[in-house]
Amino acid sequence: MITVENIHKSFGETHVLKGISTVFDKGKTNLIIGQSGSGKTVFIKTLLGLHKPDSGRIIYNDRVYSELSEDQKRLLRQEMGMVFQGSALFDSMTVEQNVMFPLKMFSSMPQEEMQERVDFVLQRVNLVNAHQKLPAELSGGMQKRVAIARAIVNRPKYLFCDEPNSGLDPKTAILIDNLIQEITQEYDITTVINTHDMNSVMEIGEKIVFLKNGLKEWEGTNKEIFKTDNEAVTNFVYSSDLFKKVRQMYIEERN
Amino acid sequence: MLYLENIGRYFLMIKEVFRKPTKWGIMKNLILKEIDDLIYGSLGIIIFISFFIGGVVAIQTALNIDNPLIPKYLIGFTTRQSVILEFAPTFCSIIMAGKVGSYITSSIGTMRVTEQIDALEVMGVNSLNYLVFPKIIALLLYPFVIAISMYLGILGGWIAAVFGDYTTNAEFIKGLQIDFNPFHVFYAFFKTFVFAFILATIPSFYGYYMKGGALEVGKASTTSFVWTSVVIIIVNYLITQMLLG
Repeated sequence: MITVENIHKSFGETHVLKGISTVFDKGKTNLIIGQSGSGKTVFIKTLLGLHKPDSGRIIYNDRVYSELSEDQKRLLRQEMGMVFQGSALFDSMTVEQNVMFPLKMFSSMPQEEMQERVDFVLQRVNLVNAHQKLPAELSGGMQKRVAIARAIVNRPKYLFCDEPNSGLDPKTAILIDNLIQEITQEYDITTVINTHDMNSVMEIGEKIVFLKNGLKEWEGTNKEIFKTDNEAVTNFVYSSDLFKKVRQMYIEERN
Repeated sequence: MLYLENIGRYFLMIKEVFRKPTKWGIMKNLILKEIDDLIYGSLGIIIFISFFIGGVVAIQTALNIDNPLIPKYLIGFTTRQSVILEFAPTFCSIIMAGKVGSYITSSIGTMRVTEQIDALEVMGVNSLNYLVFPKIIALLLYPFVIAISMYLGILGGWIAAVFGDYTTNAEFIKGLQIDFNPFHVFYAFFKTFVFAFILATIPSFYGYYMKGGALEVGKASTTSFVWTSVVIIIVNYLITQMLLG
């Protein structure tokens, strides 16, 4: 579980995060949504420790991030996995080397055990026969799978994903969403996903935090988002005619 | 103010490079890869340039000696002094600032743009140690490159002078041996070590702290080349004043 208490973050004169508080539950896919420029990426990078908040606290289970020493912060980061928007795979390494990297860095496992673990996670993300390929030889969807495999190979307690579906076709996007949700439940980890993909919101949004202009405008589940009267949320989520119709049908069905 | 801020940030970066070392098993491979990229990969251009510049120095000296009272062995003497004192350590380092420096800045800058450095940090890796430390260690071998450059520069000068009929073999060899001061070799290698450190760290600094996209990677490489060259030239002056002045 991650508890966020009144986080503020500014860059120069620009006040990006204006006091966000929320809780991200364990074993659930927690989604952060909002328009471009609403502060989603800064928020997730602050959760990861890549940006230092100006004020407020982030608590990982019972550990307050700002009160940890540098070494304790590094240890905590070893419990995190991150899937970046552009996958962020190491160009010069093969798929296998990319996935094995966190194990080589931080574990003292024998080579055979590492190899077994890598084979297992690559199979788990449905990537077989790609071990020796370089990232440049993979499609966008395959790169995302490798990034997910690398993020989970060290069995993290916290998984963060920044726009995991961006640049993917709808079918692959759904596969990636389902994969993240399955992994979250299977390993009982706290997953935080930054997205503006409405399919993801509807499919895997077990908890949704809607940001607007650096503030938390609304939070709830994918079921509650159908019923909400919050104008900012409905304008954002149901901006397309298709989603407006889906919402109308849902409301009529309930009535 | 920006210059001062960058100087401060550069020294903080250096401090961070030596903190929290990466596992030796991984670091060893990184160092070997950097030796291959930075040292072995630079030998070709250094060999080519050194040989021909040595030849040019010898020819220029010969052509400018038109007074019969000036001994011909001065061609060998001038070639030796020019190559050992300045050409090999300083001129080659400026060339390396273009070749190796641009490579370092663009490779680290691309890692920054594609969030690979963020990925390292999120995993709990000291990214500065992981990326910059192996380059510093690999460039400890840079004096060997400069030694090759010195040898080939003088060889090029000998071939140009003797086979171009500007002087005799005996005169040239006499010039090479006359008034030899071993401290000059120490001076040349001492500044080579300092330049190696500059070559590894300043381009890394510009790559690591760059912001933006592909265009900015190109700009950072150019800025890195300019500042690496400027610092090498200033440091060259200071070392020369301190050790020979």
